[in-house]
Amino acid sequence: MTLMENRSAAIPAPREITTKPRRSDQIFRAVVTLGGMSSLVILGLIALFLSIKGFNVLKVEQLSFITESKWEVLQDGEGKIAESTFGLAAMLIGTFLSAFIAVIVGVPIAVLSALYLTFYARGSVKKFLVSLIDLMAAFPSLLFGFWGFIVLMGSAEYWAKLLNKYLGFIPLFDVPAPIFERSPFIAGIVLAIMIIPIVTAISREIFDQTPLDRIQAAYALGASKLSMIRAVVIPYGRGGVVGGAMLGLGRAMGETVAVYTVLNVVYQINWQVLFGAGGNVASLILLKFGEAGPEEVDALMAAGLVLFLLTLVVNAISDILINTFGKKGR
Amino acid sequence: MQSTIPTPQTPWATSIQQRLNTAGLIMLGAVLAGVAVKTTGLSGKLGFATSFFFIASLLIFIQQLRLRDLQAAKDSLLSSFASLAIVLTLIPILSIVGTVVVKGYKGIHFGMFANDMTMASVNDPVTAGGLLHALVGTIIMVGVALMISFPIGLLTALYLTEIRGKLARPIKFLVQAMSGVPSIVAGLFILSILVIPVTQELTGLMGSLALSILMIPTIARTAEEMLLLIPNELREAGVALGATQWRTVSGVVVPAAKSGLVTAVILGIARIIGETAPILLVSGGADALNFNPASGPMGSLPFYIWKAFLTGGTEEAYARAWGGMLILLIFIVVLFSLARYLSGRKVA
Repeated sequence: MTLMENRSAAIPAPREITTKPRRSDQIFRAVVTLGGMSSLVILGLIALFLSIKGFNVLKVEQLSFITESKWEVLQDGEGKIAESTFGLAAMLIGTFLSAFIAVIVGVPIAVLSALYLTFYARGSVKKFLVSLIDLMAAFPSLLFGFWGFIVLMGSAEYWAKLLNKYLGFIPLFDVPAPIFERSPFIAGIVLAIMIIPIVTAISREIFDQTPLDRIQAAYALGASKLSMIRAVVIPYGRGGVVGGAMLGLGRAMGETVAVYTVLNVVYQINWQVLFGAGGNVASLILLKFGEAGPEEVDALMAAGLVLFLLTLVVNAISDILINTFGKKGR
Repeated sequence: MQSTIPTPQTPWATSIQQRLNTAGLIMLGAVLAGVAVKTTGLSGKLGFATSFFFIASLLIFIQQLRLRDLQAAKDSLLSSFASLAIVLTLIPILSIVGTVVVKGYKGIHFGMFANDMTMASVNDPVTAGGLLHALVGTIIMVGVALMISFPIGLLTALYLTEIRGKLARPIKFLVQAMSGVPSIVAGLFILSILVIPVTQELTGLMGSLALSILMIPTIARTAEEMLLLIPNELREAGVALGATQWRTVSGVVVPAAKSGLVTAVILGIARIIGETAPILLVSGGADALNFNPASGPMGSLPFYIWKAFLTGGTEEAYARAWGGMLILLIFIVVLFSLARYLSGRKVA
């Protein structure tokens, strides 16, 4: 009798099972979701407020804001603004030019370095090199700029003269006057040095994800390192490496301080990369901001908006490439 | 009967003889490059380095071709170019660190940690004035930026790893996109949303807000990686013991990822401590000590370096700038090593 009583006491009453979270969890989920949306909110606000501030200028200039290359504020006798024209084209060209030089110089070095780190370096040497390059990625751009100005300028000027001497017949390497200091070419090299650690890190991660069985299979078939890399690693990692290069391009396009210190920022279209004049959008903003009146500030906001959208697009493409090729492979 | 146990052999490894041969070839390359510099139009360090590289790779190429075949020779070319690339990557790092240490050493003196620049101009001898105001300003601005960024970054990471809602994929994408926002745009944004329409004043707080925009994605991404390292069994164990999700996350997951989260914070600080462009736009930049981020311009290390470098022009100003740079670099190296050390110890 006592046994039966005990048993019925041991079996609890059946209860409802629900998947509805408790109050505390509902609050928790709401708070975390709200916090998770912050990046969306911030990016949205950036686009919104730069557009609001830049709206007046963009409305007046319309498409010529990015196609014309004239940035002038004319004042009358009383210091009032008589006429102003804002066209960003020269600086947009400068942005692309220096960023492309950075990618052309930097990416091959970065990818080969990544190959070295993944397939040649071993043990503690590899560990040391990897942390050294990661550390370099954390150096502030101010440091790169000053180093470029004080240390690199001399050598880079010498390389520029060499290029001009032997390849001067190509319009790109021609100069109107023998001024080789502070040219887009040197700015491009500084930017290349800045993006090398970033592109190396991403390429190395991509190469590390190459399936080991395919590498082993290639070696088992008698492949040398070169043919293994050509047959397995490159096809597997191509997209990711291109994504890494795009990320480097984005960084190079948005760089301000390094370009400002190295480059002689002059508002003109300059295709001749060895000649000491040029600029990019970010350095223009920094240069003009100090003495800008309200209207010019609006124009600079619009320039910031253009730069923001440009880097956003480049970053988006790179992110898609890295994620589709990096994680799953082919 | 005595049986001999054969010692393990590695016949595929490069023998000492081969290593010596290669070293000999590289030496020969150096000698030939020296001859080329002397006899032909090539000159200087660049000429020597270029000819050395090409002659040495050619010699190794020929050696491999004679010993083995064309495949092996091509393979040796790849290793030559990969080694060249890593050397080219390392030269700037070593040069940068060397330059900062050699030039910055002269700009460091004990009094600089006790004085600000109110009574000194950048062109005065380096013993006059100091960077106390810059140090204090940087610490306050980074601290405030951290207080803003850490909760937001952690919540974003928790959303991506714990809630894993429908929007996880787009949010991840947006965080990535946010990390690519140019630093000057962050400064312009704070100007357009707060400084011009509301406060009309450049303060340290505005600098902190601009820095937060750059810091949030770094913290969010690192924290997400660290939270992903926490084994799922821990979460399941928490829930199986009857804990709510909130209790599981706050009592199990976050404490387990503590050192990882500290790493995220450190990397976030290292990301923004040397950031210059937004500081120049919104923090005002002062030469006097200012402890209040909410009012008045505030100095900072990058601004101190920038001012000494661009407005000076004398030896003293440069020494001052490099001295500040050395302090900044020491900060970054220490933070970075700390992050390495913490993330090296496996999480939990």
